[in-house]
Amino acid sequence: MSEAPSLRTPSQRIAWTATIVVSTLVFIFLITPILAIMPLSFSSGSYLTYPLPGLSLRWYGDFINSPRWMNSLKNSMIIGVASTLLSMVLGTLAALGLAQWKSRLKPLVLAFVLSPVVVPGVITAVGLYFFFAPIGLTGSYLGLILAHTALATPFVVITVGATLQSFDTNLARAAASLGASPLDAFRRVILPLILPGLASGALFAFATSFDEVVIVLFMAGPEQRTLPREMFSGIRENISPTITAAAVILTTVSVILLATLEGLRRRNERLKGSSA
Amino acid sequence: MTGMSLAGASSSTEVPLKRRLRRAERTRQVKALALVLPLLVFLLFTFAGPIAGMLWRAVDDREVRQALPQTVAALASWDGKDLPDEKAYAALAGDILAARASGTIAIAAKRLNYALNGFRTILISTARNLKAVPEPGTARETLGKINPAWRERSTWTTIKDASGPVTGFYLLAALDLTRNVDGAIAAAPPDQAIYRSVFARTFLISLSVTVLCLILGFPVAYLLATLPPGRSNLLMICVLLPFWTSLLVRTCAWIVLLQSKGVVNDSLHWLGIIDEPLRLIYNRFGVCVAMTHVLLPFMILPLYSSMKAISPAYMRAAASLGAPPLAAFLRIYVPQTLPGIGAGSLLVFILALGYYITPALVGGAADQMISYFIALYTTETANWGLASALGAVLLLATVLLALVYGKLVQGQQVTGGMKN
Repeated sequence: MSEAPSLRTPSQRIAWTATIVVSTLVFIFLITPILAIMPLSFSSGSYLTYPLPGLSLRWYGDFINSPRWMNSLKNSMIIGVASTLLSMVLGTLAALGLAQWKSRLKPLVLAFVLSPVVVPGVITAVGLYFFFAPIGLTGSYLGLILAHTALATPFVVITVGATLQSFDTNLARAAASLGASPLDAFRRVILPLILPGLASGALFAFATSFDEVVIVLFMAGPEQRTLPREMFSGIRENISPTITAAAVILTTVSVILLATLEGLRRRNERLKGSSA
Repeated sequence: MTGMSLAGASSSTEVPLKRRLRRAERTRQVKALALVLPLLVFLLFTFAGPIAGMLWRAVDDREVRQALPQTVAALASWDGKDLPDEKAYAALAGDILAARASGTIAIAAKRLNYALNGFRTILISTARNLKAVPEPGTARETLGKINPAWRERSTWTTIKDASGPVTGFYLLAALDLTRNVDGAIAAAPPDQAIYRSVFARTFLISLSVTVLCLILGFPVAYLLATLPPGRSNLLMICVLLPFWTSLLVRTCAWIVLLQSKGVVNDSLHWLGIIDEPLRLIYNRFGVCVAMTHVLLPFMILPLYSSMKAISPAYMRAAASLGAPPLAAFLRIYVPQTLPGIGAGSLLVFILALGYYITPALVGGAADQMISYFIALYTTETANWGLASALGAVLLLATVLLALVYGKLVQGQQVTGGMKN
């Protein structure tokens, strides 16, 4: 407890205890819903309540045997991967450019590039719906991929930009002075160093697309429904245990993404610690 | 950067070098811009363009102009004081016949019906009963006989107001305003004046959620910032896991927990605390709980960053100078967290304003926020002008708040904002 406040007086001790108690309740509030829904997906009964009548995998079987759910999972993957790739290319290039660009316009350009995160989803969705419908991009994979790329790219720009900020440009100069061509210097010096930043950006981008539902609601035809979209209809109509199975699958994906990101962050901190 | 300082150092002797360096720097800047350009073009097409298009639809008014072109032209010189002259009636009769043949009459009827309830019936019944172009000089009489509404001044002012090409009609409607028969801005009729209360509701729900997040988030951020890193990292996962879990999963989880045969009601019943299930969802309570759960991490993370940057030395100094702990906390610690409180609260508030999915799934009819109406008018009733006008108001509020947020975070870039 080196950094914990020094607890000399009884009132301080009470305040600290109160902080711990309140925080614990908030942690319970944050975690319980996610944990509570998981066991229900393994129930053998069809009511979403405890105690479970027995354990079974029937709802996962339901999920796998339903062409609707499997198709939505496939769509989420296709759109997620494609928009991640596209946003990585656009976002990394932009971050590289912004790191070197010096202009009074830069804050303005940066604000514009980041604005898709702030603008409410419904507004973007309505705008895209009007804009894409006449050119045949609603009800198409391409339309959704483009829209999700616009939403995901800001995260790539932020993450890659932050990595570039801590990148020592002398290394690139050293490579150049030792005779490396700009492309060689990028491939063999810069890229390996910013790779963790790129990976974090890609994870953020994928998570953004994978979780997005408002734009899909407006733009997807029956063929392009994604997993969150299918859950949205499911929740609206009638919550069946199959939805809890879908929720567990989605959460598992989130946990994998979060764990990878945490691993990257730790690795990065270790590298920083050793170089400082 | 280094290039410029080098040039400065040797400027007295090496003028060509200075120029060369400046040229090299310029090339570098052009190359840098070229790297950003693809994204800018892309966002123009997939983001800025669509939003500009939506804003344009909020003022665009061409339906009546296209369906009834001669009437619009004839009414251009009409002062709106008395009924228009015979020429306008004749133009309208001709337009109606032409529009019926081309099928554009329904579009104009729909637009005019927004402004004057019942206009659709007037126009369609006239179109159905008008057999041929009236004899010269009898158009007013013929139309008045088919539908007496053509003898009303308000019928004609409605057409004149809707003759475009741009209109403030939808924007006024979004603020519960309208133009009366004399063209002055007035309150909209009560059955159409629902949007101010929707905006007020949106504001109130967002504010409640922000306050709840601040009350719940402050102690947690404080705990995370004061615990040793090992333990706080572990607890941080409790904040980040919900942050990364799908919005749909979390919303679904709250329905499972709170519905009348849900986990919470069942447990309370089993414990003997209640006999009848409590109504915990599909109302305001459910919306606030679910939204607070979703947005709480956005409060905790900026608060945590700002608290982490506060040196414990300040509190020790306050204590050593004899400040009682509470006074030291309130007067030394809390003021230093204000930027974090501001950033977190604004962020949560901005995000809450535009919320759609959570209220749509866990709210009742009286808990729907502005986004719900925008979606409703876009996809269900296809009143795109009104949807766009409501969107424009929401966008304006968001942009203004985001500018304040930008100013706030800019000043504390070193300490974090959302970076951690």
